[in-house]
Amino acid sequence: MEALDFALGLFDILLVFLVLSLAWLVMSSEDLFRAIVLFVAFGLLMALVWVRLEAPDIALAEAAIGAGLTGALMMAALDRLSSVKPIQKVAASAQRKQLSLSSKVLPLIALVLIVLGLGYALLSLPEIADGLTPNVKENMAQSGVKNPVTAVLLNFRGYDTLLEMVVLLLALLSVWSLGGERKLSPRSTNPILGSLCRVLVPVLILVSCYLLWVGADAPGGAFQAGSVLGAAGVLLLLSGWHVEQKYLLWPLRFILILGSGVFIIMAAVLLLIQGGLLTYPVAQAGWMILLLESAATLSIGATLAALFLGGVPKSRVDQ
Amino acid sequence: MIDFFSMLFLLAGALFFLAGTVGLLRFPDLYTRLHALTKADNVGLGLMITGLALQAESLSVAGKLVLIWGLVLLAGASVAYLIARGALLRGVLPWKR
Repeated sequence: MEALDFALGLFDILLVFLVLSLAWLVMSSEDLFRAIVLFVAFGLLMALVWVRLEAPDIALAEAAIGAGLTGALMMAALDRLSSVKPIQKVAASAQRKQLSLSSKVLPLIALVLIVLGLGYALLSLPEIADGLTPNVKENMAQSGVKNPVTAVLLNFRGYDTLLEMVVLLLALLSVWSLGGERKLSPRSTNPILGSLCRVLVPVLILVSCYLLWVGADAPGGAFQAGSVLGAAGVLLLLSGWHVEQKYLLWPLRFILILGSGVFIIMAAVLLLIQGGLLTYPVAQAGWMILLLESAATLSIGATLAALFLGGVPKSRVDQ
Repeated sequence: MIDFFSMLFLLAGALFFLAGTVGLLRFPDLYTRLHALTKADNVGLGLMITGLALQAESLSVAGKLVLIWGLVLLAGASVAYLIARGALLRGVLPWKR
């Protein structure tokens, strides 16, 4: 056992070193493409860090959203930035020459102060803090689920998740109000991409359903399931999947607001019946949470795929 | 006995990953590097999965491990092809001695 502990300790030190140096490389990299690739690697290592901290729920979310979908979103943004990139580079190199001593020293002082402050805050924490863990454990029986993380996210602090859904919707609305219309790309003639899509998309949908279902008593849940669904959407968009215009208007908008909508309706009804925001009756809590999470999964998946497209979708056929 | 075989598979897998990484760092161009990388992904991970599946508590856990391998095989092979094709279309020439 001691040898195992030693090896894990070594692994942890290596992990910390790698995460810090990757973070530095991401920030200091001149080439944006390189920075994105490094950021994805950083996200994957962060997922490993969460695993080592015994937080598999966050590890899953970090791997799927932090490393996977954020990487795809940034690549899509970079693709659209290509026309402005040269100007930016000139500006950056001109700026570097003008850096005076004070503009180098002042950030350094600020950085040292922040590090000292954070270090002090960290060291002044009590060594063993229970936090809210006993509270959560005590009330698990009433939550309707067996996974404490899901219990907190959907029951004890359900309004947090409700607001997260709204934030996601707002993000998409801002992108749509900026970007104008975007045509779906033409169908890819690449046979490998096509067959990869045909095999992978059903599997991704299945995995998404599994993650949603298993969230009740093991790591998983709406955000992980939704991001897997979003990844399927990104794959379909890349291979030029055909969507008819009639599905792009109201059906798409319906799915996008479904999560927030069901959440708000549920909260309002429960407020009237139970007298509290998202306070489920104990016997019904299980299926109510499942309903909320299913709606949220669909919305998250659709929103992430729509974010990747980066504008109000418009079918290429109907021009 | 099972522990011995599992160790054997894991070590063999690690060897493939090591060779793949060395290849990724040392090979002269994109195509040969992809070749090294997919070897590590496909065979190395396959050996690792076999070693881990031998230690699995139940058949369903072993099944999940094999499923992961299948997905990586599919994604790895397709992505290697797509990267190589993209590079070729952009005019990256294969290395010649």
